[in-house]
Amino acid sequence: MELLVQNLVSPVVLAFVLGLLARWVKSDLEIPDALYQGLSIYLLFAIGLKGGVALTETPISQLIAPCAVTLLLGLLTPFSAYLILTRLGKLGRINGAAAAAHYGSVSAVTFLAAIDAAEIAGRDTDDFLPALVAILEVPGILVGLLLARKTRRGGLQAAVHEIVTGKSIFLLVGGMAIGALCGAEKFASVSPFFVDPFKGVLCLFLLELGMVAAGRIQDVRRAGWRLVFVGCLLPLLHGMAGTMAGLAAGMTTGGAAVLGAMTGSASYIAAPAAVRIALPKASPGIYLTLSLGITFPFNIGIGIPLLIAFAGFCEKLFP
Amino acid sequence: MKTLLTQVTIVSESLIKDELLSVVRRHGASGYTLSRVEGEGSRSTRAHEIERHNVRIETIVSPQTADAILGELAERYFEDFAVIAWLTEVNVLRGEKFVSEE
Repeated sequence: MELLVQNLVSPVVLAFVLGLLARWVKSDLEIPDALYQGLSIYLLFAIGLKGGVALTETPISQLIAPCAVTLLLGLLTPFSAYLILTRLGKLGRINGAAAAAHYGSVSAVTFLAAIDAAEIAGRDTDDFLPALVAILEVPGILVGLLLARKTRRGGLQAAVHEIVTGKSIFLLVGGMAIGALCGAEKFASVSPFFVDPFKGVLCLFLLELGMVAAGRIQDVRRAGWRLVFVGCLLPLLHGMAGTMAGLAAGMTTGGAAVLGAMTGSASYIAAPAAVRIALPKASPGIYLTLSLGITFPFNIGIGIPLLIAFAGFCEKLFP
Repeated sequence: MKTLLTQVTIVSESLIKDELLSVVRRHGASGYTLSRVEGEGSRSTRAHEIERHNVRIETIVSPQTADAILGELAERYFEDFAVIAWLTEVNVLRGEKFVSEE
């Protein structure tokens, strides 16, 4: 309980709450589109750079197991999501597959919020985690789309192009390449810009996401309690699976909890674009409401602290 | 000397902008004007939650080309995407500038 409260009272989470509040009281607050794009470019590039530097400092032998379990999680979670969404959530094949593609992929902001929460809880995390974000982002979307079995003509290629060249993977992988090539010493020259203000930028970003999510939460009422239940169940199930997989792969307790939060998160930048292109018949009202209106706020407020506690509980199982 | 040609105006969600432009070019339009616009229609939900804007594509072509463009839009995009398109008759100078010789 204390962990829950402790997690809620952080600048990052409170900024999100402020964003929600802004929409509910109909404030005229608006983050300009260009600033939003700028903030998201900054965050993605900074994550990539830091992850790339970390890669140069981590022996490859330590990376193999975490990378492998992450890839496995990315390939398997769309199936579990699809089953639960269609059986428990009563979604049809196309909408179920579209939403499964979101749950198979990862939300970069949930990842960042999880790192922040782990730090607040006094848990060390693994520095190479950004590499896992990049690994987890792509396969889930593709598996999800394949589950629909009926994508638009040329839609799958268009979706692959959209994901791989989309800014989130492009900046993440590009940043990692630069970070890995330059190493810690050369990175030091840009770290005052990319490291120190990072949390502040994240706060502004969550303020905007709070406003976007508030718009989606209004749609939740229409979605019905089944979807709300599934939207809270999936992040917990996937989150616990991810946490245990991380611990089994020899990651730190905090790092495993963050991997769990990543696994439990639903993408809302890369996946919606790819799904819209390849599966236009799926309803954005369902997959965006699930990922942004239900699962994202759930993870920020409840899912992440629960997973951190869960990882602490499980660490004894994996000495 | 003014020529009577047809202006095609397409307003769509920004996600399929590139596809629409390639349709326009493939049918032989010699150019186009692209702008960001805002608005709301029967499908208010955009997949790109973040990219709230729509795009407006305008091109001036021969009446036959205009029909061909509209036909392809109707066949491939109208059902699933947020797209509207309409034709307007326009008088232009230098008519040959807009109609490629085939």
